Amino acid sequence: MHMADALLSPTVGGVMWAASGGLVVYCSRKLRDATDGMSVPLMGVMGAFIFAAQMINFTIPGTGSSGHLGGGMLLSILLGPYAAFLTIASVLVVQALFFADGGLLALGCNIFNLGFFPCFIAYPLLYKPLAGENPTRGRIIAGSILGAVLSLQLGAFGVVLETMASGISELPFHVFVMLMQPIHLAIGVVEGLVTAAVALFIFSARPEILRIAAGHAAATGFSMKKVLAVLGITAILTGGALSWFASAYPDGLEWSMAKTSGKEELEAPEDGVHGALASLQEKTAFLPDYAFKASQGEAVEAEPVEPAWPAVEAGASVSGIVGGGLTLLLAGAVGLFLKNRRKPV
Amino acid sequence: MKKAGAKKPLPFFCMKPMKLNTTLFELGVLDRLAEQNTPLHRLDPRAKLITTLGFIFTVVSFNRYEISALLPLTIYPVFLIGAGDLPGRYLFKKILIASPFALFVGVFNPFFDRAPMVMLHGVAISAGWISFASVVLRFVLTVSAALALIGITGFNAICMALSRIGVPRAFIIQLLFLYRYLFVLTDEGLRMVRARSLRSFKGRGTGLKIYANMLGQLLLRTMDRAQRIHRSMLCRGFDGEIRLNREFSFTIHDLVFCLFWLSFFGLARSFNLSLLLGQLASRMTA
Repeated sequence: MHMADALLSPTVGGVMWAASGGLVVYCSRKLRDATDGMSVPLMGVMGAFIFAAQMINFTIPGTGSSGHLGGGMLLSILLGPYAAFLTIASVLVVQALFFADGGLLALGCNIFNLGFFPCFIAYPLLYKPLAGENPTRGRIIAGSILGAVLSLQLGAFGVVLETMASGISELPFHVFVMLMQPIHLAIGVVEGLVTAAVALFIFSARPEILRIAAGHAAATGFSMKKVLAVLGITAILTGGALSWFASAYPDGLEWSMAKTSGKEELEAPEDGVHGALASLQEKTAFLPDYAFKASQGEAVEAEPVEPAWPAVEAGASVSGIVGGGLTLLLAGAVGLFLKNRRKPV
Repeated sequence: MKKAGAKKPLPFFCMKPMKLNTTLFELGVLDRLAEQNTPLHRLDPRAKLITTLGFIFTVVSFNRYEISALLPLTIYPVFLIGAGDLPGRYLFKKILIASPFALFVGVFNPFFDRAPMVMLHGVAISAGWISFASVVLRFVLTVSAALALIGITGFNAICMALSRIGVPRAFIIQLLFLYRYLFVLTDEGLRMVRARSLRSFKGRGTGLKIYANMLGQLLLRTMDRAQRIHRSMLCRGFDGEIRLNREFSFTIHDLVFCLFWLSFFGLARSFNLSLLLGQLASRMTA
């Protein structure tokens, strides 16, 4: 369920980057104030542990297919929310860079979906109250499973909302929700079972680790209000800034739709989150549509052969295809040239 | 002189790995590619990071029905792969097996958006297929740029760049630590899997209980390792701050690289370059 660049709009990607970035800064501050130095190597190797754990597979009970650990909830339980959030974020950075899992712009979304929900929602609101100060086996199991299910449900829903707000996918909201939520319910239950099993193993082998983690979380003074404040401020600031920026310059959608189709309305679906965002953008814009209507007119005049997709004009689409093919050939030639240039003669 | 048409053998580290070791292996390949010494590798990592982010931003800023205007942008990843001497075929395979989420979601577009959009020799192509093709193109462009970035820069250098850009020190240290121990711990995980499969048959021993025990063991070992690392860090005078000892200077080359590509992205964003080229071509042939 890693969100991908290809489905994102710059505004959504930017806002989520800012939100996750704000959280990373906040957690780093928190840890710097509170740590004894031990957590530096511990977080590092725990991140590596997640990768190692993903190499070990197991048979999902009752299905015969195999699964592996995601790890968000387990890290929260073992490290406390702040350290766990940074660890998850670092794991996602490596996945984005080396495995092309998600993408660089989608990193903000992924860190938020897979890090924020387990660390700052499921852990403090479900696991901690359920497991309590002196956990028992039953409490750990209940906390882990419910926590993992909740964080995966929220994460999947986050993916749906981000995709909808971006407006690249055509999937209707309810269909997308019906696709994502049940699958992630199953994944969440399995993840919860694994988390519980590992937490129980640690609980019976070295109970002090869980106690230290719980104490650590308490010592760093968890405050939901502050986390939400940080999030809210960064999101509003960048959302505002980005939407101004986006409209002051040729807005991606309007501008290019107007250019390719000759009318602006084709694109904008009034309903849904995307429409709401677009209208918000229009309201907050410096120069609502005005300035570049004029420049559109000029552009149309300057280029006599304007492409008009819906008005089926064969000439335009043919030259688009020819041009596209030529462009690709050109790109390929550049690549070959560069490649051959450095061969030893 | 090699025989024409002879397949160029891939570098030794790109050959097909043993099945078990795939993940570990993949990590190593890209990092070893980053150890090469081309003009591209010598650029400041900040320049490459910023330019690649600019590229991705440009790609995703197009409207969802755009295809032809996106095509000129392929030149950037192709340039990185060519000038950085990266194995193009290997990267292409990697893109193919990469996370299919985008394609999985995008493939629904043709079902929900059936309005005909383009007529091509009497065949109507629906808007949904156009936007799906656009999603695929975006996917290939963004993923290849990100992979090429790591291939010409290397993880450590990217971390340095991030730290110079202002990412908190704690997070940078976390990234560096994670990367350093990634190889050690995945190796350990693999050894456990191998030991388990040598001792069990017909998929026995892959149940949840044994899995949890294995994972728990690995976890305990990991934590002990963290403690040993911490102690040895203390012995070497660790005072809570890790000093990153690598200096970069942002030279005129870096500036030129950044400005050239960013202005090209701007150009490709404002004008449909392939359409212009196509019109030019048809005017010349007409």
